[in-house]
Amino acid sequence: MKLNKENVMKVVFFLAALTSVLAVALICVFLFAGGVPAMAEIGLKDFIFGQKWKPGNGLYGIFPMIVGSICVTGVSLAIGVPIAVFCSVFMAAYCPTKIYRLCQAAVNLMAGVPSIVYGFFGLVLIVPLMNQLTGKDGSTMLTASIVLAIMILPTIIAQAETSIRSVPDSYYEGSLALGATKERSMFFVVLPAAKSGVIAGIVLGIGRAIGETMAVVMVAGNQPRIPKGLFKGLRTMTANIVLEMGYAADLHREALIATGVVLFIFILVINLLVSMLNRRTVHE
Amino acid sequence: MSKKNKEHCGRTSAVILKTCVFLSAVITFSVLVFIIAFILIKGVGYLKPSLFAWEYTSENVSLVPAAVNTVIMVFLTLLIAVPLGVFAAIFLVEYSGKESKIVKVIRMTAETLSGIPSIVYGLFGLMFFATALGWGLSILSGSFTMVIMILPLIMRTTEEALKSVPDSFREASFGLGAGKLRTIFKIVLPAAIPGILAGVILATGRIVGETAALIFTAGTVANIPSSLFGSGRTLALHMYVLSNEGLHMNEAYATAVVLLVLVLLINGLSNLIAGKLAKV
Repeated sequence: MKLNKENVMKVVFFLAALTSVLAVALICVFLFAGGVPAMAEIGLKDFIFGQKWKPGNGLYGIFPMIVGSICVTGVSLAIGVPIAVFCSVFMAAYCPTKIYRLCQAAVNLMAGVPSIVYGFFGLVLIVPLMNQLTGKDGSTMLTASIVLAIMILPTIIAQAETSIRSVPDSYYEGSLALGATKERSMFFVVLPAAKSGVIAGIVLGIGRAIGETMAVVMVAGNQPRIPKGLFKGLRTMTANIVLEMGYAADLHREALIATGVVLFIFILVINLLVSMLNRRTVHE
Repeated sequence: MSKKNKEHCGRTSAVILKTCVFLSAVITFSVLVFIIAFILIKGVGYLKPSLFAWEYTSENVSLVPAAVNTVIMVFLTLLIAVPLGVFAAIFLVEYSGKESKIVKVIRMTAETLSGIPSIVYGLFGLMFFATALGWGLSILSGSFTMVIMILPLIMRTTEEALKSVPDSFREASFGLGAGKLRTIFKIVLPAAIPGILAGVILATGRIVGETAALIFTAGTVANIPSSLFGSGRTLALHMYVLSNEGLHMNEAYATAVVLLVLVLLINGLSNLIAGKLAKV
């Protein structure tokens, strides 16, 4: 009898563990089944490289949104990555022990603040500021990138700090013993040794930036055309879905799901990169 | 370049790097403090008693129904996700060989799940729970979507908590004649509870703050639904709708305050537990 219970529970544990496999399978099946027919109907080339998104006229080209997602992610990285990497060095090497717990809690809190709050902050403060600065609509690529840069900071800082800390102390000490300054040792010896972990953190940040929806919708302006500059509005793939899914029907709806498929593929590639980078860290 | 010059150069670059490090840290932490202070200070004034009426009407724009929906959503989601995640972690840590194929697949899928953006979960929830299973835009569709979303988080934190329980605990329990199941439930799990709890609290924070995954699964009805098959919006969604309409910015500010205080509390709690863990 007792043996029986053991076996039953083992199966239960196993089934629970299979949930995540089932979930990924279901997500793939439903997403592709919902989106691929639309891609076929519109034509893969017209869908991905089409310059015009006008559902009213039957034009479903998501190229502007793909470019929008990439641009906004790129600019946010340009702003966020240097700050995040320097800050992770601060956390790993410069932070006084007394305030370390506080700093760590702050980074966690930063990751925990809901995206809607970041978006709202951008909407009520950065957008009006941009308005005054440019004299035009303040919902621009730069506004969205600033908000996103803030949001990806904790992701990169946490991962980069962990990988900097995992570099053996002997590297740092060896460098000091050779007469290098603390800064030189950190930036030219320890940081290069932690390279793949830091890059994995940055790639994770890319994933977060490209997948972010609500904060971007609130501050990016959402015009479905290829962005022409830092001070022009743009629309990302995520924004495209959330803006129009509420009322879309038929092919329009399927085209939005297909946008989700493209986004999903972007994320899968990014995930693959992260796990490859992490594996490299382990090997080293 | 003379030796003296070179040395001077090295010192300058060291100073520049050090300045960058401290400047970046100051920027990071002051941005956080500034955002929190900005929203709290500007929003507190808009917290009027009418915002806390039991029923939502277009005049009082009450946030209480949204708060109640948030609580329901959190409990329902945790009710399903915690046992699933904990059991899955037990399988991974206690029952499986490290390199078996199925374990690799499970880990890989859990990793994939944790990287998927919330809007994709929203699309999936809309197509699967709301449409294919016929649950419509409802609290139930919303919570099941959230279950999948927080599952990898709970699995990972539980796994780490279970791994940190020393093997001597298990061996002692086996030595006393307890079976594997008994050992897990009476010895290993109780020892791992603080770690699991910290994960559950983190998950709670994510549910409270989620918008993109809920907007097309739980819907945006502003009152408390009569059953789980009714649509109801959570606080975060309430805030999005308000600021999107642009008619009730003051109320959106007030909701932001409530949301932010909630998140601060949740984070504080998880830090407290993590601190306890670190001491043990």
